[in-house]
Amino acid sequence: MSETLKVPTMAEYMAQGKQPEVLFWVGCAGSFDDRAKKITKAFVKLLNNANVDFAVLGTEESCTGDPAKRAGNEFLFQMQAVTNIEVLNAYEVKKIVTACPHCFNTIKNEYPGLGGTYEVMHHTQFLKTLLDEGRLTIQGGKFKGKRITFHDPCYLGRANNVYQAPRDLIQKLEAELVEMKNCRKNGLCCGAGGAQMFKDAEKGDKEVNVERTEQALNIKPEIIAAGCPFCNTMMTDGVKAKEKESDVDVMDIAELIANAQDL
Amino acid sequence: MQYLPNILFAIILIVAIGYFAKNVKSLIRNIKLGKDTDVSDNKPQRWKNMIMIALGQSKMVRRPVSGILHVIVYVGFIIINMEVLEIILDGLFGTHRVGLRVLPISVYGFLIGTFEILACLVFVSVIIFWIRRNIIKLARFWKSEMTSWPKNDGNFILYFEMVLMSLFLIMNAADLQFQALDSGNIISKHIALWFSGFSDSALHTIERGAWWLHIIGILTFLNYLYFSKHLHILLAFPNTFYGNLKPKGQMTNVEAVTKEVMMMMDPNADPFAAPEEGAEEDVPEKFGASDVQDLNWVQLLNAYTCTECGRCTSECPANQTGKKLSPRKIMMDTRDRLEEVGKNIDANKGEFKEDGKQLLNDYISTEELWACTSCNACVEACPVSIDPLSIILEMRRYLVMEQSAAPTELNNMMTNIENNGAPWPYNQMDRLNWKNE
Repeated sequence: MSETLKVPTMAEYMAQGKQPEVLFWVGCAGSFDDRAKKITKAFVKLLNNANVDFAVLGTEESCTGDPAKRAGNEFLFQMQAVTNIEVLNAYEVKKIVTACPHCFNTIKNEYPGLGGTYEVMHHTQFLKTLLDEGRLTIQGGKFKGKRITFHDPCYLGRANNVYQAPRDLIQKLEAELVEMKNCRKNGLCCGAGGAQMFKDAEKGDKEVNVERTEQALNIKPEIIAAGCPFCNTMMTDGVKAKEKESDVDVMDIAELIANAQDL
Repeated sequence: MQYLPNILFAIILIVAIGYFAKNVKSLIRNIKLGKDTDVSDNKPQRWKNMIMIALGQSKMVRRPVSGILHVIVYVGFIIINMEVLEIILDGLFGTHRVGLRVLPISVYGFLIGTFEILACLVFVSVIIFWIRRNIIKLARFWKSEMTSWPKNDGNFILYFEMVLMSLFLIMNAADLQFQALDSGNIISKHIALWFSGFSDSALHTIERGAWWLHIIGILTFLNYLYFSKHLHILLAFPNTFYGNLKPKGQMTNVEAVTKEVMMMMDPNADPFAAPEEGAEEDVPEKFGASDVQDLNWVQLLNAYTCTECGRCTSECPANQTGKKLSPRKIMMDTRDRLEEVGKNIDANKGEFKEDGKQLLNDYISTEELWACTSCNACVEACPVSIDPLSIILEMRRYLVMEQSAAPTELNNMMTNIENNGAPWPYNQMDRLNWKNE
């Protein structure tokens, strides 16, 4: 399986004197988290399948600094940002795609002020473009008619007003898109943002991810679709906490499309 | 002696407006205690936001019931207040319904008729608001930060409006001349029936009494604003104008930090170089915010604008799951502390005297600050463009950069980023291993 993945690095491209069409920013979760790595691979399969000329930074990539910034450590954030920007600018990167809304938001909105201006796309936007350009075809396949709900990541939705691209992709799967009580700009957080992913929650009477998962389970989906590796973890844990893991899958949009095509 | 009422009226008017002006001055002085921030960009978009969000109430109606009721009270308030112009002219010049001297009866009647209908609608809406607060007990009006004053404040405003609307209608109903015109008395003619057995002089007394109480009530209400959450009727306009125009996910980059980071990254920089002659030392005395003076003036304007509706708190994922954090409380605390600082300055001849208190810990606890997921639900929910998240972030910056007081797990996360470029302890050299797994 792994032999089929083509994942060139920017360094390799540069050695050949070439520029890829787009840089795939994998992110820390996408690189190291076991669940998120599956999303990364699914997205790469789609890129390979659509013959997209892309590259990754590989070992030259480092955390964007998002969790440090939102925890209040502006020094660490800016050190990370400036270091990453130096690498990106050295490779003359123009266009970046990432499967993590936190990386997406940080590079798109907070890097320009520090000297890094790029066209940044979330992978659902990029996949939608590939589809519109006819480079990628989506058939319903095994998801045809399935009840799928989409959990809006805060840093994709409210933070950057991207609501439609992931929904368009789900509809292309000929699935039945069902919406939770709180969706789009009223979407409820999964509980991971603002560096919460890396700490225990403060004292309360419930976990945020359980609250959100209950909202999802209320509309009886077969699949909860996510567009963020952290949301994915939180919702997966929520489904487990409600002991529904045998009935409901939590999957990234890239995985849905890749699986539908049996890639 | 015949000018006595005119003189009395003029005195009341001057005192009321004078006291209001004095408080507006304090208000502006307090807001200016905040740090400077550049909000001079994109004027067209700012005007558009003010017109849509404040004037057009576009975000209010996202919750249809309270939204539509609010639009009625708001429109009623603005339009009925046109009547105040006539009342002031009559009061100063001793005329009676001066509008009739300049307007044809039909136009005057149309205007007063409109005011009467609106007054009636406002009265009904305000009663429904009162029921929502006190009988239905909507959760957002009964959260823990809604202590006795915020609760009373909310009700006082409603009582004020009920009384003012009633006085306006009674004033019209008891006005024999106005009722005789039979134009514009669409509501008050029904109230006039209650007074059918009254003598002319009794009616005159009722009319005068209602007239005086009405205008004194309005002037009292005007002066109540500064002490109340009701200040939003004025500040919603500048607040939506100066509201954030950037994507909600974008947090400010601290400029002072950028300078230091750039110097650290510049191989030619001499870290021990003395600053150039005359160059300003621009390292801030403090990173982040521990007190209101560390916030910027737009954040302080936000605090005065908050009308404590609680839409932010009811959308907050932390609050919904029982955590202490309430974005509304962040705004209320900021205003309370700012008022305290302002009073301190007033009491010490214009200089702030250290009072051993600050916004952090004395008002806002670290437990509240660390519960935030930065999801922007509160910012999205606010009908008047208040940004509680920006205050939370500034206070976290103080905790982390000045006090190194982040929760242990976050310190671990940050150490990992520093050491190996990821929030977890994985080697950066392993970043591409997934490809072969």
